[in-house]
Amino acid sequence: MIWSMLNEALEAMIANRMRSFLTMLGMIIGVGAVIIMSAIGAGAQEAVKQSIASMGSNLFIVLSGSTTSGGARMGSGATPTLTISDGEAVADLPSIAEVAPIASGMAQVIYGSNNWSTTIMGSTPNILTVRNWTIESGYSFTDADVRGATRVALIGKTVAENLFGDEDPVGKMIRIKQSPYQVVGVLALKGQSLDGRDQDDTIIVPVTTAQHKLFGSQFQGTVRLIMAQAVSADQMDEAENQMTELLRQRHHIRNNKENDFSIRNLAAMAASAADTAKVMSLMLGAIASISLLVGGIGIMNIMLVSVTERTREIGIRVAIGAHERDILLQFLLEALMISIFGSMIGILLGVGGALIAEKFLSMSVIFTSQSIFTAFGVAATIGIFFGFYPARKAAKMEPIEALRFQ
Amino acid sequence: MTDSVINIKNLTKNYETAAGVVPVLKGIDMTVSSGEFLAIMGASGSGKSTLMNILGCLDIPSGGIYELNGTDIKSLDKNSLASFRNSMIGFIFQGFNLLPRMSIIDNIALPLVYAGIPKEERIERACIMLEKVGLGLYGSYRPNQISGGQQQRVAIARALINRPKLILADEPTGNLDTKTSQEIMNLFSDLNMQEGITIILVTHENDIAQYAQSIVHIHDGKIDFSEPTNRMKESVK
Repeated sequence: MIWSMLNEALEAMIANRMRSFLTMLGMIIGVGAVIIMSAIGAGAQEAVKQSIASMGSNLFIVLSGSTTSGGARMGSGATPTLTISDGEAVADLPSIAEVAPIASGMAQVIYGSNNWSTTIMGSTPNILTVRNWTIESGYSFTDADVRGATRVALIGKTVAENLFGDEDPVGKMIRIKQSPYQVVGVLALKGQSLDGRDQDDTIIVPVTTAQHKLFGSQFQGTVRLIMAQAVSADQMDEAENQMTELLRQRHHIRNNKENDFSIRNLAAMAASAADTAKVMSLMLGAIASISLLVGGIGIMNIMLVSVTERTREIGIRVAIGAHERDILLQFLLEALMISIFGSMIGILLGVGGALIAEKFLSMSVIFTSQSIFTAFGVAATIGIFFGFYPARKAAKMEPIEALRFQ
Repeated sequence: MTDSVINIKNLTKNYETAAGVVPVLKGIDMTVSSGEFLAIMGASGSGKSTLMNILGCLDIPSGGIYELNGTDIKSLDKNSLASFRNSMIGFIFQGFNLLPRMSIIDNIALPLVYAGIPKEERIERACIMLEKVGLGLYGSYRPNQISGGQQQRVAIARALINRPKLILADEPTGNLDTKTSQEIMNLFSDLNMQEGITIILVTHENDIAQYAQSIVHIHDGKIDFSEPTNRMKESVK
C-alpha cells in the first residue's frame, strides 16, 4: 500500500513538473542556505580556534606597569619594572608551567643585498613551548646561549622569505644593527594572530643578547613583558592571584599602592573571540533557517491548491473505500517527497556553493555531517509539519460534496 | 428475507439550511432482493439523488432504518462506512470519475488498494475485469485516451472488481450518445441476468429505465408508485 502511494505521489509530482519544481525551489534555497551558512560559520569558528591555538594555550602576559613621573602617568610598559629574575620566580609558582621573558624591539636586518625591518624578540628557549611554536629546520638556541648572550637567531617564515628567498637560511649569517648573527633555525609557519598581525614576521634571539647587545635598555636586566603559561585552564585564576602576590612582594609594593605591572589573561580573550565566532555562526544559521521556513510555507500553499484542485479525486477515492488515514497519508507523502527531493538538491547546491566560496572568495568552509543531517531532518520535518494541514483538510472532506465538485 | 440486499423502513432525510429544516426524504419503504435490477426515476428535486447517496452509504439518514446486506448503516462510523462501501457497493457515475493520471488497469484496481489486496492479485483481477467489459487491449492507456463509452466500461469494471453486493449507477448514460448508451445498458442487463448482480439505476430517461426489471417513481420525497418495466410485463404475459 505504501509503495503504491509513493508511486502515486511521484506521479503527482511529475504531472505538475513546473509547480513541483517551483515549490521545491523554496526548499532548495532554504537547505542550500543553511548548508552554506553553517559551513562558513564552522569555517570561521575553526579559523578562530586555530589562531587561538597558534597563540599558545592558557597564557598570561605580564606587562611592566605604568608609573607616575612628575604627575604624568605613563602607559603600560612605559617603565621597565620586570626583570628576568621576576620571570624565574614566577616560573617556580606551582600553578605556572612555563615562563618566557621577552625584551623586544624593531630593527633592520640585512642578508646579502636584501634587508628587512622586523620585530626582534629576546627570549629564552621556553618561548617555543609557551607560544606553541615548532622549528621547521635547524634547531633552537639553548639556555647556554642565553647565559653566554651569544649572537644566534631563530627567524620566522616571513623574514626567511624576504631575506633568503629560496635559499636555506640555516647556518647563514645575517646582520642585525650592524652585528653579525648566525641563523640557527627557521620557525614553522603560524599565520595571523587574532588581531591580524603576521606572527611569522619576527626574529627570536637570546634575551640576554637582546638586553646587552641589541637594545641596550636604560635599565639593565629588565624585559618588556613576561609570558607565563598556567598548568591547566582551570588554574588560570589561581595562577593570576599567585603571580600578583609574588610580583607585589618582589617589587616591594605597599598594600595601598597600585601594581607596577599588569597581567592580561589571553585565555579569557581567546574565549570571548571564540564566543563571538560561535554567535556569528549561530546567527548565520538562524537567518538561513528563515528561508527554510519560507520554503515550508510554500509547500503548504501549493498543497492547499493541490487539495482543492483534486477535490473530486478525493471524493472518488473516499467513495470507493479510502479511509481518512489513506487520504492523509497520500497528501502527506506528496509534501514529504517535495521537501525531501528539494532538500537533497539543496544539499548538493549548498555544498557546491560553499566549495565555490572557498575557492574564489578564499573563505574557510567546514562541512559537518551533523549540519547536513540536520538540514535534511529539518526539511523532512517541515514537509510533514506544513503538509499536515492540507492533508488533513483533504482527509476530512465529505464524499458527497467532494464528488459534486466540478 | 434472507436474500434481501436492501431493507429500508420509514427512511427520512432532513437538511438544515439557514431557512430552517428542509425535509427531502419523507418516509420511504423499500426492499431490494438479491439479483434485482431496479430503476429509480424522478424529477430533479424529487429527492432521488439524496436517496441514492444514502443507498450508497455516502450519507446518513436522519431517521428510519437502512439495512444493507443485514447491517444497519447507523451503527457505522466514517471509516467503517468507507470499508463497507469498498466491499459492498460498486459506484458508476454520470461523469465516469476515473482518475486521470492513472492507467486504466490502475483505475480498475484502485478499490483493491483500499481493500489491502497485494499488488499481483490486484493486477490479475483488474485484467480479468478488463476482459469482461471488452477492453482487454487498453490496460495501459490513460482515461483521456479512450472514448466516453469505453471510459464508462472501465468505470463498470472498477465497480465490479471487489465483488460488491450492489451496483449503484447514477445516470450512467447521461454523458453518452444513444448507441453507446444502449451498449452500456446491454452490459448492465448481461451482468444482471448472467451473474445475478443486484443493480440500482437512477435515471430520468424512460428508455434507459426500461432495461431494468422494475421502476420506482420518486416524487416529493416519497415513493409515488412502482411498476414493472415493459419487458417484464411482456415476459409475464
